Amino acid sequence: MSDVLGFITNEILAMKWLNRLVGELLNFLFGSEFAGGKWGLSLQFFIYDFIKIGILLCVLIFIVSYIQSFFPPERTKKILGKFKGVRANTIGALLGTLTPFCSCSSIPIFIGFTRAGLSSGVTFSFLISSPLVDLGALILLASIFGFEVAIAYVIVGLVLAVLGGSIIEVSGLGNYIEGFVFDGANVDLEVESLTTKERMTYALDQVKDTYKKVFWYIVIGVGFGSLIHNWIPGAWIESVLGKDNPFSVLIAVLVGAPIYADIFGTIPIAEALFNKGAGLGTILAFMMSVTTLSIPSLIMLKRVVKTKLLVWFIVIVMIGIIIIGYLFNFIGYIFI
Amino acid sequence: MKIQALGGCCKKSMQNYQNTMDAAKECGIEESVEQISDTNEILKLGVMATPGLVIDGKVVSSGKLLSVGQIVELINKHKA
Repeated sequence: MSDVLGFITNEILAMKWLNRLVGELLNFLFGSEFAGGKWGLSLQFFIYDFIKIGILLCVLIFIVSYIQSFFPPERTKKILGKFKGVRANTIGALLGTLTPFCSCSSIPIFIGFTRAGLSSGVTFSFLISSPLVDLGALILLASIFGFEVAIAYVIVGLVLAVLGGSIIEVSGLGNYIEGFVFDGANVDLEVESLTTKERMTYALDQVKDTYKKVFWYIVIGVGFGSLIHNWIPGAWIESVLGKDNPFSVLIAVLVGAPIYADIFGTIPIAEALFNKGAGLGTILAFMMSVTTLSIPSLIMLKRVVKTKLLVWFIVIVMIGIIIIGYLFNFIGYIFI
Repeated sequence: MKIQALGGCCKKSMQNYQNTMDAAKECGIEESVEQISDTNEILKLGVMATPGLVIDGKVVSSGKLLSVGQIVELINKHKA
């Protein structure tokens, strides 16, 4: 059984065969002196990682979008209205990962939820989990770190979303929302059910759109990855980001927060850092920080919440990510 | 007939508006198209994800970019 899982992880998800193939090809084209040198290995990593992420991205986005087509925000809002308390937060966090929306829809969603009478806690659980826990990221993580780490990432991500939302609600911070958000009636929309063919078309369009959108993130991410992979000394990375440096997680979160990148661009960097000895928790914290907190999304949020809530939102999410980082650095050996 | 294209902040919404104009032109009713980009107005219609399309006050599509052909079809369906 573990052989089968290992095969799936190494050869199907991580596409190790592709790495070997690219290596052989470079060897054949430029000779072993180049292929075995720093430039050759960098090139090998770049080509291999670029193709691998491209293929995984297309397959994954297709599957994920197909599932997402069942949960437009209008329906999610209705589903959430049926639950109360922590159950509502949990379902909010889960639906956050399943509801598709672009960043310019996050404000309408925020307002729509609030007007529908959903609590601030549920809305924030939804908003925290949606960039953080992503079905596509789950599979990509599995391809690098194995299924145990990927599943653990999703679980702690959901816990952070549920707790973060609950804290915002219980502490009363959730009341610091701009007044105009409440000035309007809730309108429920009859969501038309789609045919299988329409869902397929939708999923295919999503694949094309997403690939176009994240193309440069991947190029830059993989570029950085191959740089780290072959040019930056492992000892240096280990001393800054290794799990023996008590500040490693803190550094990773602070550096990652202002950066905005798609999770697919972040993963090659994470992979390269991990291979060079950075701690698992440090890497996960970096990824969470890059995807969840970013200047463009905070500017969006600023339009609907007051500064006090915005600041606390950032603080709560950061502290949560830091705790997760240290936790994984301590218990990471269980997984790997 | 009144046709409203919802959304104005992302490229997708702009494209949807353009496609709506083209479709209306094909049907000879281009003067009836208007674009709504105000978040509040969009929410009043119950739509939370743009782009969206509204024909005579009824939301016929939300959260997806429609092709010219699809919009023509929706207009004709509404006429019938």
